[in-house]
Amino acid sequence: MSKIHVTTKINGDEVEFLADPRETLLDCLRDHVGLTGTKEGCGTGDCGACSVELDGTLVCSCLVLGAEANGKSVNTIEGMAKGEELHPLQRKFIEHAALQCGFCTPGILVAAKSLLEKNPNPTEEEARFWLAGNLCRCTGYDKIIRAVLDAAAEMRETA
Amino acid sequence: MAKDNVTNEFRLIGTRPNRPDGLDKVTGRARYGADFSLPGMLWGAVVRSPHAHARIVKIDTSKAMALEGVKSVVTRADFPTGLTGEDWNLQENTIAGEKALYDGHAVAAVAATSKFLAEEAARLIEVEYEVLPHVIDVDDAIKPDAPVIREGAADASVPEGSAPNVVRYMEFGRGDVEAGFAAADLVMEKTYKTEATHQGYIEPHACVGQMGADSKGEMWVCTQGHWYIRKMCAAVLGIESAQLRVTPSEIGGGFGGKTTIFMEPLSLALSRKAGGRPVKIVMSRAEVLRATGPTASGSMDVKLGMTKDGKITAARVEFRMQGGAFPGAPVDMALYCCLAAYKLENVAHIGYDVMANRPKCAAYRAPGSPMGAFAVESLVDEMCRELKLDPIETRLMNAVREGDVASYGPKFGSIGLVEVLEAVKQHPNYQAPLGPNQGRGVAAGYWFNHNGETSVSMSIASDGTAQVSVGTPDIGGSRASIALMVAERLGIAYEDVRVNVVETGALGENEPTHGSRATFASGKAAILSTEQAIKEMCRRVAKEWGIDEEAVDWSDGAAHPAGPNAGKFPPMTLKEIAANMGSTGGPISGHHESLPDGVGASFGAHVVDVEVDPETGRTSIVRYLVVQDAGRAIHPSYVEGQYQGGAAQGIGWALNEEYVYGSDGRLQNPVFLDYRIPVASDLPMIDTVIVEVPNPGHPYGVRGVGETGITPPLPAIANAVHAATGSRIRHLPITPQKVRSAMKAAAK
Repeated sequence: MSKIHVTTKINGDEVEFLADPRETLLDCLRDHVGLTGTKEGCGTGDCGACSVELDGTLVCSCLVLGAEANGKSVNTIEGMAKGEELHPLQRKFIEHAALQCGFCTPGILVAAKSLLEKNPNPTEEEARFWLAGNLCRCTGYDKIIRAVLDAAAEMRETA
Repeated sequence: MAKDNVTNEFRLIGTRPNRPDGLDKVTGRARYGADFSLPGMLWGAVVRSPHAHARIVKIDTSKAMALEGVKSVVTRADFPTGLTGEDWNLQENTIAGEKALYDGHAVAAVAATSKFLAEEAARLIEVEYEVLPHVIDVDDAIKPDAPVIREGAADASVPEGSAPNVVRYMEFGRGDVEAGFAAADLVMEKTYKTEATHQGYIEPHACVGQMGADSKGEMWVCTQGHWYIRKMCAAVLGIESAQLRVTPSEIGGGFGGKTTIFMEPLSLALSRKAGGRPVKIVMSRAEVLRATGPTASGSMDVKLGMTKDGKITAARVEFRMQGGAFPGAPVDMALYCCLAAYKLENVAHIGYDVMANRPKCAAYRAPGSPMGAFAVESLVDEMCRELKLDPIETRLMNAVREGDVASYGPKFGSIGLVEVLEAVKQHPNYQAPLGPNQGRGVAAGYWFNHNGETSVSMSIASDGTAQVSVGTPDIGGSRASIALMVAERLGIAYEDVRVNVVETGALGENEPTHGSRATFASGKAAILSTEQAIKEMCRRVAKEWGIDEEAVDWSDGAAHPAGPNAGKFPPMTLKEIAANMGSTGGPISGHHESLPDGVGASFGAHVVDVEVDPETGRTSIVRYLVVQDAGRAIHPSYVEGQYQGGAAQGIGWALNEEYVYGSDGRLQNPVFLDYRIPVASDLPMIDTVIVEVPNPGHPYGVRGVGETGITPPLPAIANAVHAATGSRIRHLPITPQKVRSAMKAAAK
């Protein structure tokens, strides 16, 4: 099947790739662009491990075709830290031991960042419902929620 | 090891430093199974049976092979014959022989130059099936006239004349059970059922396998145990173990489900036929749910006798479990664990391992124990209600202590059940006021913990830092706990120790990260390796000082004269010794391999408050408390994490999760939308109390913390739902439908 030429901006960098029209954005990121930080846990939009921002909107990249990213910007986990400086969420996840196996972590961080951009002061309940689309099987979510709320508090203080 | 050898004063143990692999895991850099690729790599896809039970009449691969870009196809004909026992089971499960034994059973596999091409080729492989009658439920499978899954699968333990799908039988106990029941004021007998659940790790299985015509190969794979992958692949493919080098990736959860093989041998077989080009296979979520290793389902009879003040006078349990189309349901473990918390004089256990047309079960966190606990801890609660007894006091009255003979035979060493139950009583959650439609449930749980084959090396770098090579993949922070222990012993900074999970070529055989063993077994071996390096450093320092080796002690990261008689020398630090090691005898390292002795068993107890919506029957978790004996919490955050994660999986098992089969024997819910694991909005914060009754068998008192925590939630939640509604659900999961009909029936 002939491929589609896609031009996107990924984590601020101009990126071009050839996508099979059947390929998801997730597959393109992982197999063509070499950004394997975005994970596939289900391929059906149920687990959130593949969460990325597409033109600023939080999406499951397994539910978006690679070709749809043409002319758009994509933010992935690889773009979250600025050089050596981690995003407060990343730092708080390490400090709170909010990851065990770490496989869901990129998706949860991307989703949590999107939450805090919309709502810098979420309640525990709001954080739980926002992240309800991101499955974690290891932690029982306790430390994840604490890390998100703590990062939010720190970001409010320094804002 | 004597009790007084357990150290109690620590510099690092019990602190909460950042995990060494944290940065990689929050930046997306950590490499998991599917993240690995090689030049020239092909993609594999697997053809799976759509039938629960079917004879394979013919497989036609010609159309697939004719497709441009398809490089190899394998069927069972490409695998060696003549395997026996578990090796045969593994091979049969890897790729079906004469019959497909469950929905999702692999029957062929193909490798091609792209993922899409491999999937297309898989669709072009034509398999002709003769569909056979199937059986799914354990109570149906044990009937004498059930469809026979395989003749001759039963072992010698099965009595003559048993039903055809019974493959193992066990019976053990002690005392006089009938006399015990006669001495009771209340005797109750009930039947409980649990459904199969899946470990539900978020990372699907993935591997890249490469093997040449010389049967030498390499594999990169997400696994809990790469030596198991090596051994099992070698057996299934008829190659030599040592010729296969297996490197583990980071692992995205396992919970027991990644301690065995599924598609890994297929990638190697495809690679060999494709001239040695590496082949990557990544399972879809549906493949994970249909064709990996969920847990067994159980049907369990429990009979208990109790005096009116709560003393258990006798217990009889009979468990039937199906573990798929192969022997191996953990009915033995379920029997050993289910009554372990109780001091019993009269006890009888009977168990049946039964085959059904389902995938071959794998371990799932304390395999067997949650089901057994559900049955026994539910009935104990029912009897406490009947006799108006406090459930914690009743458990304390019957609790096993050090020196007691366990229900399943061995004598308990140091254990912390009483301490755990006392901590529950003290906790505010146990006294918290309940609202309308709310109820509180408690239950205890048990896991043996495990040692297992362990081989660890450590070495000192010339700048005085240390590296440790372990063979147990880090699923939940074991690099951190092992680095803490080695740094503690060496007397250096935590950050100066790097723990590497190394490939099969680098160490002797290691069992997987299973049985709650990584921090206990690899940790103990790492400490003993460190002792060896310390001994060598002391020897070199003694030589330098011109005194006896025994006259040199190690503390605070330096060699010291052992006492005033040893002579007056300033301490020689690890840094100084390391800097000079090139001229004092060469590299300094330590190695330890053993089945580390001194395993310490672990008890836990959970308290859960639920609220049941009387209109819909939906159960919500209001408050949750885990209390468990860790022996010693090396890194308390990751101990709490194990407690919380175990509780969350148990909550899912109790309320939502089950394998749902249609009448055609096909799995109806092989996606996360329908196989619904708990999400963040389903749960409250999960409170934890780490009880520390040090294990005398470990230098720092570690028991292992991974598994016990999934055991109490099943009965604790059933007990809480009873408290909230007055209705007892004896068949998991406790769905809104079941609760509503039980409440309706009770109202009549």
